[in-house]
Amino acid sequence: MPQHDSAFATALALILDLDPALLGIVVLSLKVSLTAVLIAALLGLPLGAALALWRFPGRGVLVVVLNALMGLPPVVAGLAVYLLLSRAGPLGDLGLLFTPGAMVVAQLLLVLPIIAALTRQQVEELHLEYREQLRSLGLSRTRMIPTLLWDARLGLMTVVLAGFGRASAEVGAVMIVGGNIDGVTRVMTTAIVLETSKGNLPLALGLGIVLLGLVALVNAAAHLVGETARRRLG
Amino acid sequence: MRTGLTLATLGLMGLSMTAVAQDEAPYITLASTTSTENSGLFDAIIPQFREASGIAVRVVAVGTGQAFEIARRGDADSLLVHDTEGEERFVADGYASERADVMYNDFVIIGPAEDPAGIREAESVEQAFSRIAQAEAPFASRGDDSGTNRAELRLWDAAGIEPGGEWYRELGSGMGPTLNTAAGMDAYVMSDRATWVAFDNRQNLELLFEGDEALFNQYGSLRLSAETHPHLKHDLAAQWHDWLLSDEGQQAIAAFEVKGQQLFFPNAD
Repeated sequence: MPQHDSAFATALALILDLDPALLGIVVLSLKVSLTAVLIAALLGLPLGAALALWRFPGRGVLVVVLNALMGLPPVVAGLAVYLLLSRAGPLGDLGLLFTPGAMVVAQLLLVLPIIAALTRQQVEELHLEYREQLRSLGLSRTRMIPTLLWDARLGLMTVVLAGFGRASAEVGAVMIVGGNIDGVTRVMTTAIVLETSKGNLPLALGLGIVLLGLVALVNAAAHLVGETARRRLG
Repeated sequence: MRTGLTLATLGLMGLSMTAVAQDEAPYITLASTTSTENSGLFDAIIPQFREASGIAVRVVAVGTGQAFEIARRGDADSLLVHDTEGEERFVADGYASERADVMYNDFVIIGPAEDPAGIREAESVEQAFSRIAQAEAPFASRGDDSGTNRAELRLWDAAGIEPGGEWYRELGSGMGPTLNTAAGMDAYVMSDRATWVAFDNRQNLELLFEGDEALFNQYGSLRLSAETHPHLKHDLAAQWHDWLLSDEGQQAIAAFEVKGQQLFFPNAD
């Protein structure tokens, strides 16, 4: 398969050349996905923990809906955000459509359910385990949230990374709300789609290899932080 | 929860500001078609326009149907598409104030090198289409309501054929993906010449039929209506529109070549 060989060669050349256009695309990809994941974690971790601790009517429905939203097709999320941010839509005046901001919103919509739903499940299990202890300490449920999140941090790191994987891999949503504008909203995945549509398959696959390497780097960094923390805390 | 939301809002604002800081030049958003973007035309002419005017052009390249929709909702400042009938309707419906011919290229019929339907010797595109339908040879259609798709359907109509059945495959994809698929299943396909010439994954596909006047593919630039969408950058968009029609813009279009071949022929009045 000569095409595969040239894809690896292309990927290598892309990395070695440090092409400024590629660099811009890589930086934007990271910026958009990391911002989306950061906001999703800030909202989703406490939200998931709260959902694990409180009992209220309709909770079951909420849990099911949240779990189902983990399977939200990116193109549907993109369409919803497009209609929201379009000039004719309710938030049109913000002028966010076809900017990186719009892409963050779309990815947030995809990542938030994953982080919230998986956090809910992990914290719930932990809570069952330590319920008696926590109660004997006299902690209110609001005070329990940070304690439980901290105790579950290693598992939650994987949850956040799963969210990052979803954000950096999706193309359907950012294509619609970003528009794949050269130098403004073009990220790795939309660049891959563009090169595929030009029939430039080696370059498309080469970009795919670079993207995979990038995601691996982010995961390795997270793993390293986790390991260091584990060692330091014994 | 509250602090989370505040942080989220701050983060978004920060990001949209860095986005602005990236490119401080005034810009317009142009909705256009994949054929113009994929061929590399915009990469060639937009820098020249920017040089002359100081205005950057951000291209959102989609099918013509979607481009109209984006402009209809007020999400683009300018529109450059290839569906003259649709464009004229757009003006009549009050979404655009003016439409002008900019350039043309042509459609070509691509197919497997063995040419099982024998369209190489066809005398007209109608005859070529009839032979493909008669032979029930696989035909890959865009099926995405794009300008090319609309033109293809008009040609079937002119040939008196209602395409359908196992051999007629509606893909619902852009031009490039449709060519990729056609190459994979050895199907006939109608493409704009620009995308075909710039396309690299041809496999067994060859250009089999060209030159009929019915395959003429006119591109038009539209100035959007200031009454329907007062928030758009009409002044900047007008400069782009006028530049495309000017001698300078027309020469830039004519000078654009891929693999030594001129792909777009300027024909503004």
